[in-house]
Amino acid sequence: MSFSSESESISLARRHRKAKLFSMFCGMVTWSGVVLLAVLLYQVSIDGFRWLDWQFIDSFPSRFPERAGIKSALVGTIWLISLVALISIPVGVCTALYLEEFAGKGKISKIIEVNIANLAGVPSIVYGILGLAIFVRYMALERSLVSGALTMSLLILPVIIIASREAIKTVPMSIRYAAYSLGATKWQTAWAHVLPASFPGIMTGVILALSRAIGETAPLIMIGALTFVAFLPEGPMDSFTALPIQIYNWVSRPQQEFHELAAAGIIILLSVLLLMNATAIYIRNKTERRLK
Amino acid sequence: MIEFQDPSILPEINTPMNKKSALELRKVNIFYSDNQAVKDVSFNIRRNRITAIIGPSGCGKSTLLRSLNRMNDFVEGARVEGELLFADENLYGKDVDPVEVRRRIGMVFQKPNPFPKSIYNNIAWGPLINGYSDSTDELVEKSLKQAALWDEVKDRLHDSALNLSGGQQQRLCIARALAMEPEVLLMDEPCSALDPISTAHIEDLMFELKERYTIVIVTHNMQQAARVSDYTAFMEMGDLIEFNVTKRIFTRPSVKRTEEYVTGRFG
Repeated sequence: MSFSSESESISLARRHRKAKLFSMFCGMVTWSGVVLLAVLLYQVSIDGFRWLDWQFIDSFPSRFPERAGIKSALVGTIWLISLVALISIPVGVCTALYLEEFAGKGKISKIIEVNIANLAGVPSIVYGILGLAIFVRYMALERSLVSGALTMSLLILPVIIIASREAIKTVPMSIRYAAYSLGATKWQTAWAHVLPASFPGIMTGVILALSRAIGETAPLIMIGALTFVAFLPEGPMDSFTALPIQIYNWVSRPQQEFHELAAAGIIILLSVLLLMNATAIYIRNKTERRLK
Repeated sequence: MIEFQDPSILPEINTPMNKKSALELRKVNIFYSDNQAVKDVSFNIRRNRITAIIGPSGCGKSTLLRSLNRMNDFVEGARVEGELLFADENLYGKDVDPVEVRRRIGMVFQKPNPFPKSIYNNIAWGPLINGYSDSTDELVEKSLKQAALWDEVKDRLHDSALNLSGGQQQRLCIARALAMEPEVLLMDEPCSALDPISTAHIEDLMFELKERYTIVIVTHNMQQAARVSDYTAFMEMGDLIEFNVTKRIFTRPSVKRTEEYVTGRFG
């Protein structure tokens, strides 16, 4: 006894073959990305690994490759990212919350929505020019950490806002109604229920955005982050350099040793990135579990 | 079209706020943009009684229920006309704060919707944000006992509410509403997502609760309306077809449409 006639079973076999082919194709595409990344990491490690030691981390840049280090860039990046997080997270999350929970669904919010989506696609150099004109020149913040952080915040705000809005959208209406039915105001509902419930999603967006900021070079060059800094910034008004700038600087030198130093710098940059992401994912998973 | 056959039982319409009424509806019309969902509905909801609103899907019964604590405010384009009197005041009056209305008229929803927080915090949050300053421990215990859930959860008050079964979650939602000590409790098909045993639990609970609260329940289930309610309103296409004591509606309805509906010949 069979379930289907012969012609049906032939077409079914073809459909199964098609499904298999497609899943193989998808698998290949996925792995090609992973393999490329692995090759890149391998290459970088080979070049840079022998320069990686405490001396490299704890030294300022130098004309002599064996004495050169990444200290000022590393500290500059940590300063920069902390400031960016401090500025962009509250502004981005509050904007998303306002747009989703409080603003009407009229034409104006549609226009704002489209504009934010567009801003997310603006090249980073344009933000650099904007930062130079507004923060460095007009607001006379000079070539300081604050200028850099403000520019970088502008750059990643759209990403944070979009991701946060998506996260807020996934909070079921029934939770809001439950809160309203207990005599809660919109603000109380948003603060006590919507925000905590969307926290894991917001965190994901913030991680992605900050990861982008940590690797951005163009806007920092534009606003004039220095390429040779032999001191540590002590406050947000100090001038600074950052990891990508230092790497860029080393790569553009003719000597082979400096290219290898750049590779070592890339390893440090990737490590910082990995550490940040791991921390954020840990926080996210912890809060996610608490909610479930 | 409304017919009252037994005026001695029914509170009269168009008299000043009756002491026996918790809520009075006078010529209530509700619109969604251009569609009229509820047409000229008038009846009184008696204190410490259970009033059921029945009718086929889309007849406006849930809309009417949600208008009683201004949850319709969140639906874009919803508009309410007429008078809904609660403690001598029109719920839709200019000076009435909808937040205050919802604090005094609680609601239980169709699908259990506990907050993704602990059992304890589910109940304590409402009173806390409304400035309740006494011991919330006592309040939580009292509310859970009223909702007949205390014995099942007393050892795990700080576990997530989402670990409870559907029936327990719905009783938690009732406890959460009761913690606000509302004057009226609105229930929007509270058992439609529950199994028969959980449903029986909730129905028993309603009998106990009506000693202290006024309950309005919307239900699809006519047996449920017949079992639990004292008064029944039958709606169809936004019209109130008949309002009477439940026994009357289910045994000797005065309108033919009601009879057809409650005997299962349509709808």
